[in-house]
Amino acid sequence: MNAIALTRRRALQISLTTAGGLLAGVPLPRAVAKAAGVQLGLYVRIEPDERVIIGAPSTEMGQGINTAMPMVIAEELDADWSKVSIEQLPLMIKRNPAGPGWVFTDFPAGAGGSGSMIDAWAFLRPAGAKLRQMLIAAAAQRWKVAASECTTEPGCVVHGATKRRLSYGALASDAAKQAEPDSKSVPLKARKDYRIVGRPQRNAQAQTIVRGTERFGIDVEMPGMLYATIARPPAFDAQIVSIDDKAARAVPGVRDVVRIDGPKPDEPLYILGSGVAVVATSYWAALKGRAALKIAWSASPWASESSETMATQMERLMRGRGHLVNDEGDFDGAIKKAARVIERVYSVPYIAHATMEPQTATAHVRADGCDIIASTQSPGLSSRYAAEITGLERDNIRVLPARLGGGFGRRLEADYVWEAVFISKAVNAPVKVVWTREDDLRHDYYRPAGRHHLVMGVDGAGKVIAYKHRLASTSKSYRRRGNDGSKPWEPDLYDNAFPSGFVPNFQREYFAVESGAPRRSWRAPGHTANAFAVQSFIDEAAHELKQDPLAFRLALLHDDTRKLNYGFDVPFVGARLAGVLRRAAKEAGWGSPLPKGRGRGIAAHFTFSSYCAEVVEVSVDANDKLTVDKVTCAIDCGLPINPLGVKAQCEGGICDALSTALHQQITVKDGAVVEGNFDTYRMMRMDESPRVIDVHIMENDYPPSGMGEPPVPPLAPALCNAIFAATGKRFRDLPIGAQLTKA
Amino acid sequence: MIKLTVNGEVRSYDGDPEMPLLWYLRDELKLKGAKFGCGIAQCGACRVHVDGDAQPSCVLPMSATAGIKVTTIEGLSADGSHPVQRAWVEEDVAQCGYCQTGQIMTAVALLAQNPAPSDADIDQAMINICRCGTYVRIRRAIHRAAALMREGGK
Ligand code: FES
Ligand code: FES
Repeated sequence: MNAIALTRRRALQISLTTAGGLLAGVPLPRAVAKAAGVQLGLYVRIEPDERVIIGAPSTEMGQGINTAMPMVIAEELDADWSKVSIEQLPLMIKRNPAGPGWVFTDFPAGAGGSGSMIDAWAFLRPAGAKLRQMLIAAAAQRWKVAASECTTEPGCVVHGATKRRLSYGALASDAAKQAEPDSKSVPLKARKDYRIVGRPQRNAQAQTIVRGTERFGIDVEMPGMLYATIARPPAFDAQIVSIDDKAARAVPGVRDVVRIDGPKPDEPLYILGSGVAVVATSYWAALKGRAALKIAWSASPWASESSETMATQMERLMRGRGHLVNDEGDFDGAIKKAARVIERVYSVPYIAHATMEPQTATAHVRADGCDIIASTQSPGLSSRYAAEITGLERDNIRVLPARLGGGFGRRLEADYVWEAVFISKAVNAPVKVVWTREDDLRHDYYRPAGRHHLVMGVDGAGKVIAYKHRLASTSKSYRRRGNDGSKPWEPDLYDNAFPSGFVPNFQREYFAVESGAPRRSWRAPGHTANAFAVQSFIDEAAHELKQDPLAFRLALLHDDTRKLNYGFDVPFVGARLAGVLRRAAKEAGWGSPLPKGRGRGIAAHFTFSSYCAEVVEVSVDANDKLTVDKVTCAIDCGLPINPLGVKAQCEGGICDALSTALHQQITVKDGAVVEGNFDTYRMMRMDESPRVIDVHIMENDYPPSGMGEPPVPPLAPALCNAIFAATGKRFRDLPIGAQLTKA
Repeated sequence: MIKLTVNGEVRSYDGDPEMPLLWYLRDELKLKGAKFGCGIAQCGACRVHVDGDAQPSCVLPMSATAGIKVTTIEGLSADGSHPVQRAWVEEDVAQCGYCQTGQIMTAVALLAQNPAPSDADIDQAMINICRCGTYVRIRRAIHRAAALMREGGK
């Protein structure tokens, strides 16, 4: 689906707003407009009261898209930044004109990676520039001067010769009558002339957030709405044998009890398991009703699975041969000739998403249509599920993404939306499903667990001549619809990631581990695990070879300017990774002496077309208490649309990764998850957070690239490398947890 | 019948006495600023002021609310002008924003007791979880709010 090409070709539809302002946007086919209840696919409105409003089907979950999009339009339109805001549009889809099924119209809603910004960038810039021309034309007409004598200042058109000025709001209705200029005659601004893009701007929703009036998915209300909570299986894939709901139905406020038979153990996961929903007039009554249910569950086919059995399985598998994902040069021959062979084993556990806002969705199924408002990164999948459950045509299903209390990849799945639609249909009323934290931690799509075995061969001169990465993991492609699971390595061990292309004799080998725990994407998917193993290993090798860890890394990259296909839009260039390494090292004072008990560690990683290096500085006192004194981060994400937002993402990614490296682990016992809430699934708080985070953004001419994920992967290895530098203790199994005091 | 004061208004409640204050605020009074994050007094997302003290409303049963004075984020200021709210905006703290109302309520209570908190004081008082990891900016915002209050912001 090429959204960019579509919108570039399409002329704007220009009309008047009800208040007499200007409305310009991408016209929608009639059926889509009816279904979505909107006229335009993406629009800009200029109101007589000077407000500039963008309508966009974006999904804000803290990554700052609803600040960045207004910045882009304000730039080309030359709008007054303080007057620009954003309005959430629903999902817009239409029947595929070229075949069966449905396609997005113009702008795929939802957020994952950095797609929404790339689409918006292509539409908003020319649209803004055209509207600016139309406002100028309107002013020139009124003043009876040539348009070429007029220019703009933020929010108004000025005629320099006579010092006259008219605001955009005052010109909006006249501007709406002007002919739309031809794209070719409207040049876009050069980067050097930007006054908003590339300059720090604060979160555009800051005011409503601090007043508590920003509405999240969990805050949605519909008239006559009921609340639902679901009793979930005590172990993976346990099925309902019988339900006794007498006591539950007797709880005041409980309206209904709905049985949900989920996927069988060999079926793809659309929801995480079977369950029994209690529907009530208040959430509290639903919770009480759920506690009163008596459900007999079948034994789990995974009843003998535990974290220990999984570890044993991994060790056993790795004694044999796995699937060769990469095989470059002659690894076996080279390793025999190596002057030195270095080998290490690392492991990462299952981890949960634990979005701060628990999973929630509200749905109203009627005979002729369905309304969904949900905290989702996947309105398209939500709509598909609703069509499957209700049998409705998809243009009668309206999905409005609400602001998300965090996403981190969890809300790319739409299982909880499925639940809301299913229950609403069953009880014939609007229903809000809200998960408890226990539901959320024990029934998640976890980040895969894995055991990494790394081998390096070095020649007499200290040069790396052979390298092998062996991984046993519980693949992320487990029971994924449309994926037969025959290539389980694909989402876990990428065949094209650093140091591919930098070592002549190179292998990656994969072992599929069986587990009943569901798993999918977690912020910067396989990268978090792989970067931990690879960047810890490179550090260990440097120490063993008595080389400086930074110099060793730079020698491996040697300012390589080849463009390597590392699987993202923009190819990988070694020199850019070397660039962030040098910058982070310089800003952190790499190499300058530190007192005893303190140490620095470095790591770098490429993902989502961006490069990120981090230097972590720690102190470990006599009682083994760890303090993260400082994290220095260098990020190369092409053009940073909002540098303040980029810094926020770096700080957040660093804290997220630190919290994960220190504490987070999902333990499996008897085929079920042990941790149920934040008392056992520990999250980092203020007292453990880094004292200082110092972020540096690289300057260059590359287009904007991802920034939500890239700061996460380097942190865990840089941290462990720093602890090693400070104490001589090396941690190869995450989380670090209590190991520091035990080691 | 239980009588309590919420944001200056006297309210009566005669529903299930076991229901936590959080659900009364959110679902009955439609004050959605206090958020649900854990339900067991661990995360701080639901914190409101109970007689001036920042408390988790998710574990306070309605039976224990007779006569108390509750202030929620909506009652902190009419227009976001409280120095802590201003500092939060100026330091650009929020990412997803979900935890921030609870963070602000904790910070307001801290500053009421300790107008010039040290970093160690902040470490101790700010036990709220932020999944987005905004801790560095929260710390800066608290110091800024303290300065605003000293200048006579409130
Ligand atoms: S919801 Fe009350 S402390 Fe977490
Ligand atoms: S801002 Fe998202 S949880 Fe704190």
